[in-house]
Amino acid sequence: MNAVLELVSVNRIHGKGETEVHALRSVSLKVQPGELVAVMGPSGSGKSTLLTLSGGLDQPTSGQVLVEGVDLAELGNKGKARIRRTSVGYVFQDFNLIPALTAVENVALPRELDGERASVARTAALAALDEVGIAELADRFPDEMSGGQQQRVAIARAVIGERRLILADEPTGALDTETGEDILRLIRARCDAGAAGVLVTHEARHAAWADRVVFLRDGVVVDESHPTEPETLLEQGVGS
Amino acid sequence: MSVKQALLALLEEGPMYGYQLRSEFEQRTGATWPLNVGQVYTTLSRLERDGLVEGSASDDEGHVTYRITGTGRDEVRAWFTTPVARTHPPRDELAIKLALAVTVAGVDVGEVIQQQRSATMAALQDYTRLKRKDPGRPPEPAELAWSLVLDSLVFAAEAEIRWLDHCEARLRRAMTERPAVSQVDQAGQDTHTREGTRS
Repeated sequence: MNAVLELVSVNRIHGKGETEVHALRSVSLKVQPGELVAVMGPSGSGKSTLLTLSGGLDQPTSGQVLVEGVDLAELGNKGKARIRRTSVGYVFQDFNLIPALTAVENVALPRELDGERASVARTAALAALDEVGIAELADRFPDEMSGGQQQRVAIARAVIGERRLILADEPTGALDTETGEDILRLIRARCDAGAAGVLVTHEARHAAWADRVVFLRDGVVVDESHPTEPETLLEQGVGS
Repeated sequence: MSVKQALLALLEEGPMYGYQLRSEFEQRTGATWPLNVGQVYTTLSRLERDGLVEGSASDDEGHVTYRITGTGRDEVRAWFTTPVARTHPPRDELAIKLALAVTVAGVDVGEVIQQQRSATMAALQDYTRLKRKDPGRPPEPAELAWSLVLDSLVFAAEAEIRWLDHCEARLRRAMTERPAVSQVDQAGQDTHTREGTRS
């Protein structure tokens, strides 16, 4: 199976000389279809850099970033913008919705920018809103919705058009515990349906929804944790 | 753990025999703290001795049914209205281990912390996997009870990871402020020395 996202010995150095900062040091990572990977680390560990590189918003100093087998460095700005509209979906902590557009218009925007007819894009956007459980809020503006609802809109925008890579940067940061869990459930469901996901978070409870948790320290992957098989867990009895 | 109060509280719902009590207990707590039948019967005979329950004569299959007494009901009420005592924190092996790791020579504290964090994270992933099974309807009371127990495990694991993160950050700060502290020094250098082998 081909990885949806692959980082090969990625280095990212910000600045030069005395002020040089090694944000990432030879990080390699593969995310397969259906897999959700969480990246944990303190601030300054390089987790946001990892995400921006994966989405083609930044370029590695050395090493390669491949999305569905395509090396992002070989694409021009146009090609990268296209990848971001069609293959990669971003979910941010502060939702990043456009305040002057309704929910359905926010979700349809990437499709329309891609040249799709407005009516077709709208139909797809309504389906995406339905998938995240808020079809009835389609015509509301962001400031008429709760944080949890706005984040659902952002997720709908991130998954519309069968995008196969979801990059989420602290998507639950501004939400309460239960709403945050609903958001994780949605991202998880999307990955279970075949997408690949990378979730950056400092909350262990949210990282635990992932199949793998990658620990970053000073730009280096120091460890990974995997759950045990659920069957053996049930046999042992939890906590025994 | 208070098996005694838990069994009494179950008997408030109606008379039961030992095996029923055990399965009711495990259904509501998801078998997180398995009870053996022997433990149930030992507890029941103590409760009977103290006048908190009454046992019936055994039926054809040899089952003795237990019924709660008035004193027993008072005991249950007192249990629910009294907070669990925190005066004697349970012995915490991890806290003790870390306290010793930072003071005993030659222990790689960073490694101790990361190993534990990874293991606790894996446990947290396991609990979350169990939570993922969403029945898609409002839960039955026993399912809700078990999911709350699961949440308690989730929150405890999360708290442990947060505490480990906090310990790591404090050790790093101590290292920069007092570079002569050899243990702390080791913890801080840990990630750099492993860079070549792990990445």
